[in-house]
Amino acid sequence: MAAANESDPRPRSAKFDFAAALKDAALAAAVAFGLFSLMLGLRSETGASGRLEVVSRPELLAAAVAAVFVGRLAVALIAQGRVAIDFARALPAATPAFERLRRFALPALLAFALLVPVLFYSNRYFLDLGILVLTYVMLGWGLNIVVGLAGLLDLGYVAFYAVGAYSYALLAQNFGLSFWICLPLAGILAALWGIMLGFPVLRLRGDYLAIVTLAFGEIIRIVIVNWQSFTNGPNGISGIPRPSFFGIPFDSSAAGFAARFGLEFDPTHRIVFLFYLILALALLTSFVTLRLRRLPIGRAWEALREDEIACRSLGINTTNTKLTAFAMGAMFGGFAGSFFATRQGFISPESFVFMESALVLAIVVLGGMGSQLGVVVAALVMIGGFEFFRQFEQFRMLVFGTAMVAIMVWRPRGLIATRTPSVFLQQKKIISADIIDEARE
Amino acid sequence: MEYFLQQLINGIVLGSIYGLVAIGYTMVYGIIGMINFAHGDIFMVGAFLALIAFLALIAIGVTAIPLALFLVLIIAMLLTALYGWAVERLAYRPLRGSHRLAPLISAIGMSIILQNYVQIAQGARVKPLPPLIPGGYTLIEQGGFAVQVSNIQIIIVVTTLVLMTVFSWLVSATALGRNMRACEQDLKMASLVGVDIDRTISLTFVIGAALAAVAGIMYLLYYGVIDFFIGFVAGVKAFTAAVLGGIGSLPGAMLGGLLIGLIETFWSAYFSAEYKDVAAFSILVLVLIFMPTGILGRPEIEKV
Amino acid sequence: MNAAGEILLEARHLSMRFGGLVAVDDLSFSARRGKITAIIGPNGAGKTTVFNCITGFYQPSQGMIRIAHTDGKEFLLERLPDFRIAAQARVARTFQNIRLFAGMTALENLLVAQHNRLMLASGFTLLGVFGWPGYMHAEQAAIEKARRWLDRVGLANRADDPAGALPYGAQRRLEIARAMCADPVLLCLDEPAAGLNPREAGELNKLLAAIRAEGKTSLLLIEHHMGVVMEISDHVVVLDYGKKIAEGPPAEIRNDPKVIAAYLGVEEEEVAR
Repeated sequence: MAAANESDPRPRSAKFDFAAALKDAALAAAVAFGLFSLMLGLRSETGASGRLEVVSRPELLAAAVAAVFVGRLAVALIAQGRVAIDFARALPAATPAFERLRRFALPALLAFALLVPVLFYSNRYFLDLGILVLTYVMLGWGLNIVVGLAGLLDLGYVAFYAVGAYSYALLAQNFGLSFWICLPLAGILAALWGIMLGFPVLRLRGDYLAIVTLAFGEIIRIVIVNWQSFTNGPNGISGIPRPSFFGIPFDSSAAGFAARFGLEFDPTHRIVFLFYLILALALLTSFVTLRLRRLPIGRAWEALREDEIACRSLGINTTNTKLTAFAMGAMFGGFAGSFFATRQGFISPESFVFMESALVLAIVVLGGMGSQLGVVVAALVMIGGFEFFRQFEQFRMLVFGTAMVAIMVWRPRGLIATRTPSVFLQQKKIISADIIDEARE
Repeated sequence: MEYFLQQLINGIVLGSIYGLVAIGYTMVYGIIGMINFAHGDIFMVGAFLALIAFLALIAIGVTAIPLALFLVLIIAMLLTALYGWAVERLAYRPLRGSHRLAPLISAIGMSIILQNYVQIAQGARVKPLPPLIPGGYTLIEQGGFAVQVSNIQIIIVVTTLVLMTVFSWLVSATALGRNMRACEQDLKMASLVGVDIDRTISLTFVIGAALAAVAGIMYLLYYGVIDFFIGFVAGVKAFTAAVLGGIGSLPGAMLGGLLIGLIETFWSAYFSAEYKDVAAFSILVLVLIFMPTGILGRPEIEKV
Repeated sequence: MNAAGEILLEARHLSMRFGGLVAVDDLSFSARRGKITAIIGPNGAGKTTVFNCITGFYQPSQGMIRIAHTDGKEFLLERLPDFRIAAQARVARTFQNIRLFAGMTALENLLVAQHNRLMLASGFTLLGVFGWPGYMHAEQAAIEKARRWLDRVGLANRADDPAGALPYGAQRRLEIARAMCADPVLLCLDEPAAGLNPREAGELNKLLAAIRAEGKTSLLLIEHHMGVVMEISDHVVVLDYGKKIAEGPPAEIRNDPKVIAAYLGVEEEEVAR
């Protein structure tokens, strides 16, 4: 196809090869028919006799196949027509315009976040959603140290979240310690746990590490469920002390927050406090990450992600480097877990399933590894989008999974696939993902 | 002693099912170095397709069980193979050149899609099926405890053995098998000497899916009940089996499957049934830490 | 005290077996301080395997590799893990297939090479987090050192470019600069001239000669490019099928019939004649 015509945006209708597109679509429809024939066309239900029977749903099958046909036809035609938006380049990688947008975006989002409780004070639902999104942002930033910076595949991050939550709950309940003491303790415990878990497994290669961390996450969850005497098993731990404003409780009493500050008592006060608390914790995570990136350890993490063998050849003890990343990530996961426990007042093993690990990992990868902004965007899209589709109940997980696959296929490096050098002599040049793509694995 | 023998039989049967699923994992990992996270859910889809096919056959009047099961086997294998093909085409092939995490996330996404697709299409409740293959044999009877092997158990083991033989022949004696082994050794080189790697990889997924379908059918007949979530745990266990036996090795997958099946059965028989999943996961961890190449695997020398 | 010209690296009865395959067979050779030693031989002779044994990526099946520093300290390399060989025994290397940190800038690559010193200066990160001046000085010094090396290899104006974007020849030079930033006593170069055109090869020779002239780092290189080998090396070791078939100064090696035979594949009887 002549390059000279690329500036001409008009569709070149003479070039449309309908026959080929139709063939494509027909093939896709045939495959779809095969796939959907039994699964959608029929449904197994408990019949009148109490036994399973099949019920036919030809309309659903026809609709699904037709949808695939039409969709594939459209895609084929668009691909031919070069009215084509080049989807792969739709989000520009490292152009100056994008760079300005990027620098502007984070402060803007921060400003917005600071104002959320003010803007949405009366909307409890929105405040809760905000807290939820920020929790996942923090988890994403924490896991980002492990996966994004150091390049270690961790599929069991939820384990540290759980350790943090249960540590907080047990410490607060059994020793009556305040949130501000339990929080660092929970983080330290989670970090210790990270070191213990990490030590034997961090020398494993990529995928293997992923599976082992997944297994660890599941083991911890099963142990929590079954060790009733310690963790109260599937019933969970309830009555976890709620947070206080540095010792002042958020209740309607005379010593309460409202009374002390001359305000009318409103349960929303506590929620607002929680919002700013998680925002502060998340920002702490981000601050530490950015700081560490400029220090030798952070550079070593990124070098590790690029090429471990080269690191070792330069004298870097990669085992310690990995352990440090793992422990740091675990610590922040632990902090987030503590927050979760105090916010809910109740925790149970159900909150710590593998799906959570997958979700946080998806946020990190889809956002673009190592990118702080990417994590925020991905968390907003995934969690926010998830909530937005709440009315669609069953379909949201399906959409969620589809989004994961679609974004990965579209942009394997994630949405914000650029890297900012941590140090520069003359000019800070943003490195686009294409270069990193050429790196070894 | 009788109790032990019974558990042994049960363990071998369970192990056969795991082994068939493990083959899919090990083949895919061997050829493109990727853990097909969605493979466990392919197994689940196979079980569901078998169920639906069976019910449909009953509904149109095919009531002779042997004939029905035979047809179910064919239908389920074919359609599940199609699912395997589609998953590879949609979620993995576009990512073949990219970094390690991309196909992993894509696979996790695929796993979520499959689970929810089945859940929406067929409902979230468990699907029970009355036992279709009754009867069995009592091997030993002593002290009031009878060691029995049921017909379904015999069928499972025999089917597995037959499939293993066919499959081994396929890998060692046919052109396809040769291509697969070539791709396993060096993908780029294989494509340079003219092997159609796209087709070979697709066929690998297809065969793995078909075997998983057989495992699904057997699971359905053996346990009599399935739901959309059986893929996750079975998948991890089958993957453990593949790793234990030596990832990339086919006899290893089968051996690993048997071992996991036996360990799980004996663990829940003699220790505690609640923690039996922990046993499997722990084995996975231990094997990867101490013996990452597995029992029959080849040690990998990384070229510097 | 070990002075220039003394033995720096000594390999004795080094063997490496992979299952049934013997890659290196009872190899003994030495490299002297302040000199450039080249290991040559046809493909598959086991040269990179020797490197991997020296730098700790393989553990030799048999044999001893000893390195002696000027302060009298000695290290047995066959026992040490790879990163300790780099950090303590001060042996650095480059790779046959360039292993740069492609997504990081040239400058960052050189800073990573100074990791251990910077880690200490940053108090294992703790002091660094709080902006400890001792660390700030160390970082400035490290950047200076990196800048000097970038200058020496002609990449000063590309310091902030991602390493993966550099042209091939530049990447090779950067890899050498990175290895040198680790302050090695012995630098092992695996085919540094591979893929270089004659002009670039000439510049490589100048660079290696300059490194030798400084006297702080000795060089051990694997090379096929005879122009580089003959012009720059002081000592040559020839391998064939894992065994040493010749060792000596370049002029001797050039005329050694066994060496010629190995490269041209002449029959053994012909060599004996």
